[in-house]
Amino acid sequence: MKDTPLSNCERDFLIKAIEEKKRLDGRQTYDYRKIKITFGTDYGCCFVDLGQTRVVAQVSCELVAPKESRPSEGIMFFNIELSPMASPAFEQGRQSELSVKLNRQLERCLRNSKCIDTESLCVVSGEKVWQVRVDVHTLNNDGNLMDAASIAAIAALSHFRRPDVGIQGEEVTVFSPEERDPIPLSIYHMPISISFAFFQQGTFLLVDPCEREERVMDGLLMIAMNKHREICSIQSSGGIMLLKEQVMRCSKIASVKVSEITELINKALFNDRTARKAGRKCGFAESLPQERITALKTDQSEVEMTDVSERASDIIQKAEAPPPIRAASPVLPAPGVGQVGHGLQNTWGLEEDEEQEEESSGEEEEIKMEEEQREKDKTTEAAVVEISDSEEEEVVILYPETTKKPKNAGSSSDQKGAAASKKRQKK
Amino acid sequence: MMEVSASSVSLREFGCEQTLLSRPDGSASFVQGDTSVMAGVYGPAEVKVSKEIYDRATLEVLIQPKVGLPGVRERSQEQCVRETCEAALLLSLHPRSSLTLILQVLHDDGSLLGCCLNAACMALMDAGLSMSCLFCGVSCAITADGRIITDPTAAQEKESRALMTFAIDSTERRVIMSSTKGSFSVHELQQCIAVSQKASEKIFHFYRDSVRRRYSKNL
Repeated sequence: MKDTPLSNCERDFLIKAIEEKKRLDGRQTYDYRKIKITFGTDYGCCFVDLGQTRVVAQVSCELVAPKESRPSEGIMFFNIELSPMASPAFEQGRQSELSVKLNRQLERCLRNSKCIDTESLCVVSGEKVWQVRVDVHTLNNDGNLMDAASIAAIAALSHFRRPDVGIQGEEVTVFSPEERDPIPLSIYHMPISISFAFFQQGTFLLVDPCEREERVMDGLLMIAMNKHREICSIQSSGGIMLLKEQVMRCSKIASVKVSEITELINKALFNDRTARKAGRKCGFAESLPQERITALKTDQSEVEMTDVSERASDIIQKAEAPPPIRAASPVLPAPGVGQVGHGLQNTWGLEEDEEQEEESSGEEEEIKMEEEQREKDKTTEAAVVEISDSEEEEVVILYPETTKKPKNAGSSSDQKGAAASKKRQKK
Repeated sequence: MMEVSASSVSLREFGCEQTLLSRPDGSASFVQGDTSVMAGVYGPAEVKVSKEIYDRATLEVLIQPKVGLPGVRERSQEQCVRETCEAALLLSLHPRSSLTLILQVLHDDGSLLGCCLNAACMALMDAGLSMSCLFCGVSCAITADGRIITDPTAAQEKESRALMTFAIDSTERRVIMSSTKGSFSVHELQQCIAVSQKASEKIFHFYRDSVRRRYSKNL
């Protein structure tokens, strides 16, 4: 599916508006859209809404063998899926340029910054470590997928609990969540990426571009920072040339934004923790907005079932009996070979041992034994006689055999005519 | 012969939200207990020449699991959903066009295929695509001691002897698609179908209520 192209008048309108310091949705230059963070029913699932941009992240873990070069460290794996639901331009399965860029940026932001303590993920050094996998699915693309994905990933990692492991000498036991409470990952800091869009060769900048603004931008600067004002990753794409002052200014703006967003994430985590402790149900189902006109929810309801048994019996009695299908019973002509029914006659006239074996039919044991005997004779004969594939050797006249094999005829009198004639000639 | 006790059959609480995504032409999320699925529909839109059909629309269904890449199980579920949708949609109104239905699993706590079908139907309605009938998905499980339960949770599914999902149409309550797992007798199958037909009435009632609520305010 192709995305609708941006018209020239839309483009001109947007650029003119930006030159006058106006944005389509009425935001200021440095404003973020409304961020909503909710968590799912199981640990490690996080939904992030950045304005209309929606993503969902899920963290899972399994025990694997560690990398050769790092035998006592766990493995982190990140994957951002650009789902075709998010935009008609995204295609399933194709690694588009944007998907590669986002994946790489998320990896640099989270893995290279060493925000997760991978040494604590080691179970048995050199043999078993935890591999933590983060899958981010984009649900709706309204611009700035990178920021939403990074918020979702780090919030999901903070929310996640891995199964507890007990080591007693040589024995390692992995406890299920029912046996022992799962334990959270050890996270040093929370890197969050902030995106800046540049227009008119770096003259104007906007924070958190929406989809329309992304289409007309000249270049993008992405700064990943944590709340301790440490830059974890910085990336500039689009080939715009920025001055040092601009980059410094952006990093100052980023530090303010990061502390706000980290505050939001911590608040959401805290709310979720209290809700779970109080025993309330958590999850996407609970966060379904009730007051909206587009949403509706019903309670558990019973299904009326008074006359179900009678209806079922009625249907079965009234149903016609299925037509009797006469299927041939299966036969085992040789170990490892099964056959149901007669095969069609082979009309090639080639003499092959497998052909003879396969074509044997016979519903009775004795006849089968006889056939096998005859087959063995034939095969021994065939072993003596040399048959080459060359077509120039002899002209073999094929006599059309009848397709229906009589029961007692037994073995592959398939090519009886041809084979016999060939043998006679050979001999 | 199995006796079905009326008290054991109930549907979990379900909820739905329509038009929650801004990019797709139609979108809906359907929640059954804890199982939640989000559906998005794009169409009718341009189709690749290799996939075009001269007199009908080409329907493509994609199911994305929450963890990992889609595998064979998702492909077979996509096939079930696609066949149901093709039976219900009026595809010949949009020749040489493509309709794309994308389903994202948000949480799986049992009866996933039934929830996917329900989300798909609500999303197709939200997109305004013409259909000859609505459809709904109902899942049944037969426990080890022979009871029928509708809308099983994941724990109930694991302990069941057989698991069935039926897609039922709204006009005559007939079965459009069935997908079963496990062993059961003909009588049990017919009972499950009868139970599903009864349960589908609740779901169709819910569709009607949702849409009525949605269009209750005139702008």
